Amino acid sequence: MRASIAIHKLTSCSGCQSVILNLGDDLLVLSRLVEIRHFIEAGLNDFDADVDIAFVEGSITTPEDEARILKVRERARFLVAIGACACSGGVQALRNVKESGGWAGAVYANTAYLDSLAESRSVAQLVKVDLELWGCPISGRQLIATVRALLQGVPPVLPTEKVCQECKRAGNVCVLVSRAEPCLGPVTRAGCGALCPSFGAPCYTCFGASEQPNCEALGERLVGLGIPQRQVAERFVSISSGLKPYQDEWQRLRIPAKQVD
Amino acid sequence: MPWTILMGNRPLRNRTMDQSRFLPQRDFGQLYHVLRAAGYRVVGAVEEQGALTYRELESVDRMPTGLVDHQAPGRYRLERQDHHRRFDWVGTAQGLKPWLFSAEQPLWVAREVEGGLRFEEVRETPPPTAVIGVRACDLAALALQDRHFLEGDYPDPHYRARRDQLLLVAVNCHRSADTCFCVSTGDGPQVRTGADLVLDELDQGYLISAGSGRGAALLAQLPTRPVRGWHKRRAKALRGRARVQQRALPSRDLRAPLYAAREDMHHWQPVADRCLTCGNCAAVCPSCFCHRVDEEAPLDGSLSRAVRRWDTCFNDEHSYLVGHVVRKSAEHKYRQWLTHKLASWHDQYDRSGCTGCGRCITWCPVGIDIVEEAQRLCDEVGEAERNHD
Amino acid sequence: MTDPWTPYCAQVVDRVAETPDVVTLSLRFADPDVQSRYRFACGQFNMLYLYGLGEVPISIMDYQDGCLQHTIRAVGRVSRGLTQLQPGASIGLRGPYGNSWPLEEARGRDLLFITAGLGCAPVIAAIRRAIAERDSYRRLVIMQGVKHREDMLWQAQYDRWREVPDCQVLLAASEEKQAPFAWSLGMVTTLIDKACFDPDSATVMMCGPEPMMRASIRALEQKGVAAENCYFSLERNMQCALGLCGHCQMGAPFICKNGPIFRVSDVREWFLLEGY
Repeated sequence: MRASIAIHKLTSCSGCQSVILNLGDDLLVLSRLVEIRHFIEAGLNDFDADVDIAFVEGSITTPEDEARILKVRERARFLVAIGACACSGGVQALRNVKESGGWAGAVYANTAYLDSLAESRSVAQLVKVDLELWGCPISGRQLIATVRALLQGVPPVLPTEKVCQECKRAGNVCVLVSRAEPCLGPVTRAGCGALCPSFGAPCYTCFGASEQPNCEALGERLVGLGIPQRQVAERFVSISSGLKPYQDEWQRLRIPAKQVD
Repeated sequence: MPWTILMGNRPLRNRTMDQSRFLPQRDFGQLYHVLRAAGYRVVGAVEEQGALTYRELESVDRMPTGLVDHQAPGRYRLERQDHHRRFDWVGTAQGLKPWLFSAEQPLWVAREVEGGLRFEEVRETPPPTAVIGVRACDLAALALQDRHFLEGDYPDPHYRARRDQLLLVAVNCHRSADTCFCVSTGDGPQVRTGADLVLDELDQGYLISAGSGRGAALLAQLPTRPVRGWHKRRAKALRGRARVQQRALPSRDLRAPLYAAREDMHHWQPVADRCLTCGNCAAVCPSCFCHRVDEEAPLDGSLSRAVRRWDTCFNDEHSYLVGHVVRKSAEHKYRQWLTHKLASWHDQYDRSGCTGCGRCITWCPVGIDIVEEAQRLCDEVGEAERNHD
Repeated sequence: MTDPWTPYCAQVVDRVAETPDVVTLSLRFADPDVQSRYRFACGQFNMLYLYGLGEVPISIMDYQDGCLQHTIRAVGRVSRGLTQLQPGASIGLRGPYGNSWPLEEARGRDLLFITAGLGCAPVIAAIRRAIAERDSYRRLVIMQGVKHREDMLWQAQYDRWREVPDCQVLLAASEEKQAPFAWSLGMVTTLIDKACFDPDSATVMMCGPEPMMRASIRALEQKGVAAENCYFSLERNMQCALGLCGHCQMGAPFICKNGPIFRVSDVREWFLLEGY
């Protein structure tokens, strides 16, 4: 019997679902190998279906998300959190660390209709997560490897090494060294194939914290390169601000508001 | 296969720099064309993201002129100067390593077939490749990689295939970067062996000599002239200039102090505090050979492929043994890297694993300096021994 | 030139479940030519490949009835998969790799085998050979430690060895409350005190968890056995077995090509340091 899967969405931009939609031929192979019961971005809507594997995109940011994730967990044998939002709270988790009081008013014309929780949380903060696929968005290659492994009944091999490793294998020149770019590759988990540095842009932590992230040594170096301390601090809390090593470095480097005034 | 390859790359014993020829600056393009005509793809240093790195050259014009590199711990900058010399730079971001020991190398493919598994070797026919601009330190590192990949019980066929197709046009360094220390390792700055052709660049042109039979055959096709006395004097002076280096390893064999230092983790803690364990040092090191084997399959599982990838001793996975990581801390990882490179390499390959290129210093994002660390460890161990006495 | 990286196809001929998580597979190469060329020495290992998952190094337990025998514990993704294979299944196999136990050099001497847990598997073939050539050696002492009595592999075989002349078999269980009949309580190192041998003329062969081997080395030293006469089989992450990938370096030695069996005195300093 074919395994069944569901692809769920909580608070997110749907970018990870788009990665699945963009798998091309592999999407056809996937639909042959497994029964896709719920995938809202592809027009399949059966939220309540029991499945073998549930992939969950998005963070828990609203009361609705809280209720939904409990149901998803109940109805799935194996739960895979996909993407920075589901794994660490995503860019939404900025509200967890920053003085975000005025942001809603600056973005929305009328905030009366907003109903969101005080914090953006990862899926694992509410329910048991069997596997995390990092990335903003996730890597299609890693998704395929994961499905392949799970169909064979084993966990996939996912890297925890630094982006630098992929960057060097790609033959890139290190932009931190050659151009003093504030690259966070040395504290970021590999998986993207060093996408940004391959185009000369510094890494900004899409795949979350790597193994053994020495954020303090990197933060000190970036400040030493002449990058304003505030900018360095803020680089650590962008896509994956929900992660402790990044938050800690932001806390260490940020200049308290009263000192700026 | 170009005919020059058939002539072999055995060093020419009787040829010396005295038998060098002079290639005028304006005829440098002929070297490129002769190599192309002999069937080689030509690789040279080009500017990319603010640094020089080896790439295939579609034309000789892609080789930059007037560029000088400034290197310091964690820093590389190119400066454009008002001259037309092509080789005034000292270091590229990577040496020859990626051209022989590929960062990603498919090894074999397995398929499920009737009655079992079928394994298919991956056989490649890499193109004949000529690299222009290679320095003495990189030639020394190439010899180290040759030793590792080719001279054991199981020569690596993938490295072998690329190595057999490689032709090397080396250049004598006429200056050193602040990060260079090849004089102290004995590997430079002057090219002594391992190259097919060796150049010294003067403003007016190139002293060029052959280091192998096929190098001589190529040299014979170039529009060269006899070398004048002042050419030689000028080249000698410039080579001497490159011997002035700011850094020097304390010794070529650091086994005694480093083996003493490995016992006490306090020696390793200061560097571990700064180390990002990102592995950039090992990735740019021209002698580092570690690689892992990944298994990859398409979604439908119709085949499965073993692929080897560069790995470094800074990754947890590198020392993973069922259930635990042998080298978990940054102290352990940096100690592994340094004691292997500068000490246990002697036990394995009868010399140090460092050829003084300085890349690990330049390309460390936080500027950790292997020479400084080796010196510090030697000092600390010496100090401890004196106190003990 | 044959490619040293590429495995050969082999078939599972038999599968014996030794304990809930330990299985012995009997394997034969699919190609009879490959099978007939294959030779190994006691203590060497093979690389076993499970389709789609990868390779793992597994020591050769023995060769019987035309089959290579590998005893495998389900600990990682590949080894777990290997233990689930049934007769008829196909895997990849290449080898043998590494060096062997110094059975020749030890002729005329006392032989001590000290193993714990699955560490007995790489030593079994050596014990069998020593017993087959009983007259070539003086005293034999076979020591094996396990956590629980039911973890003991090949109990019947050890019982048969008790019948061999001048052969002492000592078993220890470290996590039992009461010693089973003819067993001792405690770690395998406690058995060294009970062993009868001449320290000046004994050769020791050890395999097991590293803490156990460290403790054994200390206990043997106290007994007066020189480290030059002690050998052990070591393990590190091995991905190629060809001396190329670099993962199995324990300081200077590469476990795959200089080992897996080492004279303790040759690698003692590396072995005793944490993190190598």
